[in-house]
Order: sequence, then C-alpha cells, then structure tokens
Amino acid sequence: MNNSIFVYCEIEDGQVVEVSLELLTKGRKLANEIDRKLEAVVIGHNLAGIEKQIFPYGVDVIHIADNSRLYPYLTLPHAEIIAKLFEQEQPEVALFGATSVGRDLAPRVASKLKCGLTADCTSLVFGDHTENKTGKEYKNLLYQIRPAFGGNIIATIINPDTRPQMATVREGVMKKEVFNSTHKGEIKYINVDTILNDNHMAVEIIERHIEKQKVNIKNSQIIISGGYGVGSKENFDLLYELADMLGGEVGASRAAVDAGFVDHARQVGQTGVTVRPKLYIACGISGAVQHTAGMNESAKIISINNDPKAPINQIADYVITGNVEDVIPKMIKFYKKNTK
Amino acid sequence: MSFKIVVLAKQVPDTRNVGKDAMKADGTVNRAALPAIFNPEDLHALEQALRIKDRIDDAEIIILTMGPPRAAEIIREAMYRGADSGFLITDRKFAGSDTLATSYAISLAVKKLQPHLVIAGRQAIDGDTAQVGPQVAEKLNIPQVTYCEEVLEIKEDELIVKRRLERGVEVVKAKTPLLITVHSSAPTCRPRHAKLIMKFKHARTVSELVEETKDYTEMMTNKPYLRIEEWSVADLDANVESLGLSGSPTKVKKIENVVLIHKDSINLTVNDKDMDYLMKELIDSHVIG
Ligand SMILES: Cc1cc2nc3c(=O)[nH]c(=O)nc-3n(C[C@H](O)[C@H](O)[C@H](O)COP(=O)(O)OP(=O)(O)OC[C@H]3O[C@@H](n4cnc5c(N)ncnc54)[C@H](O)[C@@H]3O)c2cc1C
Ligand SMILES: Cc1cc2nc3c(=O)[nH]c(=O)nc-3n(C[C@H](O)[C@H](O)[C@H](O)COP(=O)(O)OP(=O)(O)OC[C@H]3O[C@@H](n4cnc5c(N)ncnc54)[C@H](O)[C@@H]3O)c2cc1C
Repeated sequence: MNNSIFVYCEIEDGQVVEVSLELLTKGRKLANEIDRKLEAVVIGHNLAGIEKQIFPYGVDVIHIADNSRLYPYLTLPHAEIIAKLFEQEQPEVALFGATSVGRDLAPRVASKLKCGLTADCTSLVFGDHTENKTGKEYKNLLYQIRPAFGGNIIATIINPDTRPQMATVREGVMKKEVFNSTHKGEIKYINVDTILNDNHMAVEIIERHIEKQKVNIKNSQIIISGGYGVGSKENFDLLYELADMLGGEVGASRAAVDAGFVDHARQVGQTGVTVRPKLYIACGISGAVQHTAGMNESAKIISINNDPKAPINQIADYVITGNVEDVIPKMIKFYKKNTK
Repeated sequence: MSFKIVVLAKQVPDTRNVGKDAMKADGTVNRAALPAIFNPEDLHALEQALRIKDRIDDAEIIILTMGPPRAAEIIREAMYRGADSGFLITDRKFAGSDTLATSYAISLAVKKLQPHLVIAGRQAIDGDTAQVGPQVAEKLNIPQVTYCEEVLEIKEDELIVKRRLERGVEVVKAKTPLLITVHSSAPTCRPRHAKLIMKFKHARTVSELVEETKDYTEMMTNKPYLRIEEWSVADLDANVESLGLSGSPTKVKKIENVVLIHKDSINLTVNDKDMDYLMKELIDSHVIG
C-alpha cells in the first residue's frame, strides 16, 4: 500500500496560510515515519507559482484545482473536489487547519466519505492498537489527541477502520519548519469542469471583508501576557512598555479579551493561539486549563499575581506575589539598571 | 409565505465550571455531577429562528434534539421562549455515536419534517467538535452556511446571511432548503415568556407521561400541542449499522484528566532586592537581553 499523507492548503490572498504550512511540516514527519509520500491539495484561483510556497516543506505531489469559481472559498465546490480526489487517491491521513474554512470543510468531506474526523487535535502520533472485543491488531494508527469537555479532559481518538484518518489542528499547535528550500516535487492539475455543476454553486458570496493578521504573537520568543487582573486597558500599557523593552509581544487571557482590554488576535489558549516562547510572563492570569493549554510548553514562566494560591503559580518557574501595577515598573527599572 | 424551521439543540453538561467533585477516580468527567443545560450556542440558534418568526407571519419553529429521555427538558425550555413544537430522538441504539452517527440520525429526523431551514449552534460545549452542523447538511444533501451572525433577508427560496469569520465577515446568499450554524457573536436568546410557560409547562413526551402520577389523558386530547413527539430508531427508517458505536468511525482510545504539572518555583515579592535578582538572573541566563 502506498497511501499518502494529505494536507489541505488553505489560500488567503494568494498566500498559503500559516496553519497549512505547520501541517505540511507535521505531515512530512508523519510521512517519513511510515515511509509514505506527502501530498498537498490547493484549491483556488490564479494559483500560478503557488508551488514555490509549498515544495520547500518537503511535499512530493501537489494537486492543484485552479478555477474562478474556487476563490474565495465556498463549501460545496471545495468539498466536492476533495472528496473526489480522496476517493481516487485513498489517503492514509488527511489534515486540515482548524480555521473558519477547515472546520467548515473537513466535516462535510468526512461525512461524504463516511470516515472519522477528529477536531482540534493538539498532538498527532502513530501508535498500535488492539481491539478489545475482536483482538484485531492495528499497526501505525494515527493517535489523534484533543481536548474536549471545555478543555477539562484530553482524549485520544483513533479511526481503526476508515480512511483517510482525518483531523483538524489549530494554528500554532504544530511547528512550521522548512524541510529543504530547494526541494521539488510533482504537480498534478485537477480537471475542475468535470467535477462541478450548478448545484455546487448554491451559495454565493455578496460581500467579504477579511482583515490582514495585524499581530502574530506566535513567533515571538518573549510574551508578556495580561489577564483580567491587569484591571484596565490603561494598565495594559505597562505590559506594552515591558514588551517593547524586551523585544517581545503582548498576549492575553480570554477574560482580558472579553473585557475589551486587548484584541482577540493576542489571545493565548485553547480558543486562541498556542505559544511556546523562551519566556512567558503571566500578569494577573489565574491559570485556567483553557489558558495553560496554550502556553505550558514555554521554556520559562513567570507569574505575577496578588493571590499566592493562583493555579498558574504551579507551573511557573518564578512566582512574584504582588500587584501587576507595582511589579512591572520595578521589572522595567531593574532591567535598565542591569543592562546599562 | 409559510416557512418551516427546525432548530437543532443539544442538552449538554455545563463544562464551563467543572469542579473537583465532577471528576471520577478514573479521570472521566462524571456527567451526572454537572448540571445539564441548553447548549449555549443553540440558544443563539433558537433566537435566530425566533427573529425569522417575528418577520414572517406563517413561520413555524420545531425543536429537534437527540439524547436521553431527560433531554425533553430543553424542548420545554425552547417552548417557553417561543418554539411551537418539539421532537426528541431517543434510543439506546444511539449510544456511543460520534459526530457522523449523530448526524446520520438527526438527518433522518429532519427529512421527515421537511423544513425550509435547519438552524444549529456552531459547537456543543461537551464534544466541542463543531462537526454536526456541516455533517447534517451533507447527509441531507443541502448547502450549509456556518458561523452565522445575522439573517439579513428571508425569502421562501433564498436567504441572505452575515457570517462571522476568524478575521472578518462575509455576506452570502444561499438557496433553501439550507442549514445554517449560529456563532456566539449572534444575539443570545430572549428570555422565557410568562404566557408561554403557562401554555407549555405540561408539555410531555410519552415516556414522561408514563412516569406521571397525574392523569394527563384529557389534557393531551384537548391540547394536542402539549405532546412532545418521541422517535426511536424504528420511527426513523434507519440503517441500524450506521447508528451508535457501529456507525461511528472514531473511537475514544483513552481519556485523561487535565492536571497541571507542579514545578518547583522560586518565590519572590515586589521588593527591590528580589526584583533586582530576577532581572539579573534572566539577563545572565540569556532568557532576555
Ligand atoms: C471552551 C472554553 C474555551 C476557553 N478558551 C480560552 C482561551 O483560549 N484562553 C484563555 O485565556 N481562556 C479561555 N477560556 C476561559 C478560561 O476558562 C478562563 O475564564 C480565563 O482564562 C480566565 O482569565 P484570567 O485568568 O485573565 O481571569 P481570572 O480567572 O479572573 O483571573 C484573574 C487573576 O488576576 C489576579 N489579580 C487580580 N488583580 C490583580 C492585580 N492587581 N495584580 C496581580 N494579579 C491580580 C487574580 O488573583 C486572578 O488570579 C475558555 C473557556 C472555555 C469554557
Ligand atoms: C471526549 C470526547 C471527544 C470526542 N471527540 C470527537 C471527535 O473528535 N470526532 C467525532 O466525530 N466525535 C467525537 N466525539 C463524539 C461527539 O462528541 C458526539 O458525537 C456528540 O454527540 C456530537 O458532537 P459535539 O458534541 O461535538 O457537537 P457539535 O458538532 O459541536 O455540535 C454542533 C451543533 O450540532 C447540533 N447538535 C449536536 N448534537 C446534537 C444532538 N444530540 N441533538 C441535537 N442537536 C445536536 C447543535 O445545534 C450543536 O450546537 C467525542 C466525544 C467525547 C466524549
């Protein structure tokens, strides 16, 4: 059998989005482990040259569907093309970004193919499995590990008998890494006109406003995150000041985002971005599992909290018990003193 | 214009505040210890249906839920807020369903009801997958519009809807029959209405009537709207193999409780000495600077 690992590459404004590149990186590793090919699917319009963004991630085959009806993304035509492609190519694994697009598309495709789909995986590894009842043994099944129940449990999900094994993954969970900048593979074009008909165009986009991603804290090595305990938008200025000085970015908990102190793009956690910087300073953040899920792999963690029993302190390397508004000015002061 | 809407609603354990007593020794959440609630985004879905009913004289709202017998509670809850009737699909054969098997069962029930529009929540707070909406649409072979925030225009054969995306908004026109899923940025549901509570407080499923000590026969005959229909596998014309565990390609291999790993931390206070020490440490170890 030579069933490949497939990654759906989402396109926004002529660019392959970050999470797709992260999944290609993961896909390459998975493919190597079980000695399969890595294949990418790109669906959109005016895609000439798109392979230059994709091949460096070690992709062996790119399937391109290029047609004016295919951008911006619409569910039905994309789902139809992918389902047809998968029926033909019989992938072993198929990965989608857990984005507005991926979470709309992947379930539709899985339903068409009657195969299993695991949402929002935080880890994907191969492992073996023995079915309890039948004693049947499976080699190299994809363990799809995901939080559920509002982040309170972590479940390992498998799809023993259906293919592809489909999963979605949020941005920032997997690491993006170029495999080989001169790597080249094969390009295959999909004949769109033989697949689509008018029924696939039942939804029409009338208006569309997508903002460019303004901040991307994910790639920052130093993150100063503020929570509800920061108290106000004005107090967040202290965090920006410290971040500027250290060359870092400002992150936030959901409570701080909900309170309107900062923009959602900065939210760290299960429903925000996942980060693993060298240094994470949590200011006035209690440490709910949904927050720590997005930052507990940081190399060093400092917690600033006026409650010595705040749960976040358990995973911190340094615990500073005090008020954010008192601690940060001192950090700034003594940073300056020690770097002079 | 007559317009039939089916709202999909799930009864879920309130996972937003899981206390210690809700975890069993084996690491699983003890569902029984969590209060059962109307899935939050499904209330947003119901509100969208009610807003359509506000605008169209002849609109009808049917609540459809799949779950154990007690899930009839959320059907009554929806009636108190303006839903006209409810269907509960319940059967032991549904146990162990993943999203594919769940969607298959729900789609069979929707087929019997023949609505113009199906409205689901975006995501349930227990399974957390957001897969059921799109999969029901696929099983019904109808288009889907996910993450709706507002229905801007309604005609019998077409809707114009505003969607909330991660980094923007989109306005789309879609043909009916259609399934939409509603995002939490849409308005939440209006409160219960005192008159509707009076009207529907005795609404019951057949299974609930069996448990009642009071005789409901006369009331049910005079007020047929009090009947909450209950459908089992036999009523759905289902392929039994596609339901429950056997119809679920995903299997849960393992479930772990989330626990914070305890680190040995260095404790500091806000005095100058501690702060000076901390910043020196960070600089010397090249974490910063
Ligand atoms: C399905 C789901 C998904 C979620 N996704 C996320 C997510 O992605 N990211 C996320 O962050 N949350 C998420 N949450 C929310 C999460 O459960 C918490 O509610 C949230 O993280 C709490 O934010 P907080 O720590 O800032 O606020 P709080 O819990 O209110 O904590 C504030 C902290 O500040 C301290 N404090 C108060 N005043 C001061 C002061 N002056 N100086 C110092 N300390 C002070 C307090 O002691 C307290 O520890 C999610 C929840 C659910 C149910
Ligand atoms: C720990 C754990 C992890 C799981 N992970 C997966 C997984 O990765 N993949 C998978 O396929 N299954 C998974 N399941 C199974 C899944 O949770 C169930 O199939 C569940 O019945 C439906 O999925 P959901 O809760 O995610 O609903 P969602 O898809 O999030 O629900 C979306 C909307 O669909 C409607 N809806 C959903 N269920 C019902 C219902 N019963 N009645 C009426 N309307 C409904 C509601 O409008 C709801 O807002 C998991 C279960 C557990 C316990």
